[in-house]
Amino acid sequence: MSVPALATRGLDKSFGSLVVARGVELTLPQGERYALIGPNGAGKTTLINLITGMLKPDQGQIFLGDTDITALRPEARVKCGLVRTFQINTLFPRLSALEAVTLAVCERRGYAGNWWRGLPAYGDAVEEAYAILVSLRLAASCYRPTRELAYGQQRLLEIALALATRPRVLLLDEPAAGVPQGESAELFSVISGLSRDITLLFIEHDMNVVFRFAHRIIVMAAGRILVEGTPEEIAADARVREVYLGGTRRG
Amino acid sequence: MIDSAFGVLFDGFAYGMLLFVLSVGLSVTLGMMNFINLAHCSFAMLGGFVTVSLTNGLGWPFLASLPGAFASAALVSVAFERGLYRRLYGASELDQCLLTIGIVFVSVAVAAYVYGTIQQPLSLPAYLRGSVSILGHSFGVYRLFLIGVSIVITAALVAALELTRFGAQVRAAVDNQRMARGLGIDVDRVFAVTFALGSGLAGLGGALAIEIVGLDHAFAFTYLISVLIVVAVGGLGSIGGSFLAASVLGISDMAGKYYFPELGAFLIYFVMVALLMWRPLGLFGKR
Amino acid sequence: MPSATLSEPQRHLEAQIRWQPLEIAFWLATLLPFVLTPNHLVLASQIAITALFALSLDLILGYAGIISLGHAAYFGFGSYTAGLIAKWGWGEPLTGLLIAAAAAGALGYVTSFIIARFRHLALIMITLGLGLLLAEAANSAGWLTGGADGLQGVRMWKLLGLFQFDLYGTTAYTYSLVVLFLGFLLARRLINSPFGLALRGIRENAVRMPAIGAASAAHIRKVYTIAAVMAGIAGALLAQTTETVSLDTLSFQRSADVLVILILGGAGRLYGGIVGAIIYMVARDQFSHINPQYWYFWIGTLLIAVVLFLPNGILGGMARLVRLERRAA
Repeated sequence: MSVPALATRGLDKSFGSLVVARGVELTLPQGERYALIGPNGAGKTTLINLITGMLKPDQGQIFLGDTDITALRPEARVKCGLVRTFQINTLFPRLSALEAVTLAVCERRGYAGNWWRGLPAYGDAVEEAYAILVSLRLAASCYRPTRELAYGQQRLLEIALALATRPRVLLLDEPAAGVPQGESAELFSVISGLSRDITLLFIEHDMNVVFRFAHRIIVMAAGRILVEGTPEEIAADARVREVYLGGTRRG
Repeated sequence: MIDSAFGVLFDGFAYGMLLFVLSVGLSVTLGMMNFINLAHCSFAMLGGFVTVSLTNGLGWPFLASLPGAFASAALVSVAFERGLYRRLYGASELDQCLLTIGIVFVSVAVAAYVYGTIQQPLSLPAYLRGSVSILGHSFGVYRLFLIGVSIVITAALVAALELTRFGAQVRAAVDNQRMARGLGIDVDRVFAVTFALGSGLAGLGGALAIEIVGLDHAFAFTYLISVLIVVAVGGLGSIGGSFLAASVLGISDMAGKYYFPELGAFLIYFVMVALLMWRPLGLFGKR
Repeated sequence: MPSATLSEPQRHLEAQIRWQPLEIAFWLATLLPFVLTPNHLVLASQIAITALFALSLDLILGYAGIISLGHAAYFGFGSYTAGLIAKWGWGEPLTGLLIAAAAAGALGYVTSFIIARFRHLALIMITLGLGLLLAEAANSAGWLTGGADGLQGVRMWKLLGLFQFDLYGTTAYTYSLVVLFLGFLLARRLINSPFGLALRGIRENAVRMPAIGAASAAHIRKVYTIAAVMAGIAGALLAQTTETVSLDTLSFQRSADVLVILILGGAGRLYGGIVGAIIYMVARDQFSHINPQYWYFWIGTLLIAVVLFLPNGILGGMARLVRLERRAA
């Protein structure tokens, strides 16, 4: 049996009396596409924050491949290949898209500490950044500041920044959040077109998208993993329906 | 006169209480709106000068001038908040610092123009002068008065915060502004009232300060640093934090001046940097 | 690099960092004081020194987004180092300058570990506190610094063995201007490099940086040390050209002044510190004949006006005008 791309063991986190993660055990096989679903407040984004190191767990371990990354700083995990995108656009407003992606490429290649030569001299980094932008159809507006880009383009830029770091495991936090129905399909075709070298975990609310693109689905509720299975198994699971519909009945 | 370690403690605590009255308003409004009002001590200075004008110019008794100091500072602060500050609630920290520093500069210049650059004289009523002897120790009457007033203010603030509805709204707004708004609390109004209250207290502090540290045109600048230290070390939005930080600062300052005069204010700044490195959000900062 | 071998995105980036004709004109204009105002070269050298100091603050404030209320610590440290070296018998200007730069850099490097760990109000207060600490220490160490009287007995040798510092300021201005220009070239290179891009990334979104694998703390430490070196050089220049050092080189007043100067000109625009220094120092020189209180009134009003109406300083306002005109054309 090959080593899973990403695994967590017994992840716990509380803020005082508020428990946001209990004993979370996750295993992501290499090259798979997993969806993480659950009602609001289930702890999905918190889990991503724990895995990427933005939050420190009270207990538990995180493995990237066969490396224990629990003690690593967030930037070190990125260098190992664990990358995430943000649910709310977390971009560089006054940098152009080209500059932003070039920055990510430079960080990866170790150029970001160099202060003697000008940026254009690092042609390989600039070319690589441009190629990523072309593949995401952002090349036409890549010279404009990020804050002038349309919302959908900014969501794509989120992914471009992640791709520039050459991830092995990519965690997408609601990649289509706020994007109108027609455009989100394109976004997901981009995501599904990603190479099988990258293992994907995405948080998503749109069930059509989930059922179309995910190999397996993990359902979270109240900080715990409720159930995991293929889309068909999850669709038929009574507990999942309870967790989603139970909320609306109360409201 | 300082004649013992106990005297240092007493004088230091009194000075600390003065710092508390000056700083508490800034701590709460900073914690609530995250608006860095470096002109806070300009309102304090205003209160001091109002007292000077009322007592020296119009012959009012000192105690009667204190509400005047409070009210004038509160009213002027409302005008500033409405007219100017409101526009910068979402602005960067730097912009807020710069705008309010600009106001400090202007206030210092205006004070110099109107009152000159000398130390302002103040004649205290006879019953506030001199010292009394309690249990064999000598206590300055004015300092006792200062401590008394500060404790009454602290008690009133804490009571208002814990027991009144308005206080509950203030606590909610400090804790989580967005949530408070969602609950239907008029955060803008809460802030405006709290801001006026805090600035009024600063004005009162300015009036009370005249006898302890003196008042001149540069007051708004001179005590800004001390107030900022109290606020940063005590933690934004915390009355208890301000009380503790102000006490520690006042006593350290007095002890430093008495026991290590060569060090000067070195001890204060060292303690502040060390405390902030240990607790960046202040001793009782939120989160 | 010949344009033919660059790709389109490279050419675009290269066009952004190319020398503009206006820049060249500006630097040529800095030679004018020799001809137009030969009696004011001492003031001109003071302006050049202040400009270098403001440029060093721009590196950390305008580009990395670190608000410092204690940057004068490095200016004063460089100033006292250069002054003491001369006082103790070694009056050679250039080596003295280098030693002062190294000393200020060492101080900057050590404090950068503290600076890189904090943000927001805690960072502002810590920079303030560290600056005040150094100023107090200097005040207390009167045996070393001369205390409130300042450092006495600073005698500089001839620059390059040929040019004596004199009352007319010719040597002083030439010296300061050359050092400013070299410092500017260094800053310009830095800003246009991948490191400069990383600094702007930190300023634009400090949260995103670790998420793209950036070691922000290391970047901050590096730029802070470089800025300390530059500020130290400016301070050393002041000590050498005026042959005196006083406590106010370390004061909070000076830290606040340089902040105002940078904001006035426009932070994050490389020339903002220089433009701000020119305007501020010339204005203050004019005002020094009048009541000093009036100075505070007008600088305060100007500061309020800049924040309300010209948030990117004078250069920012001019840039906006240019953009508006371009759109109207």
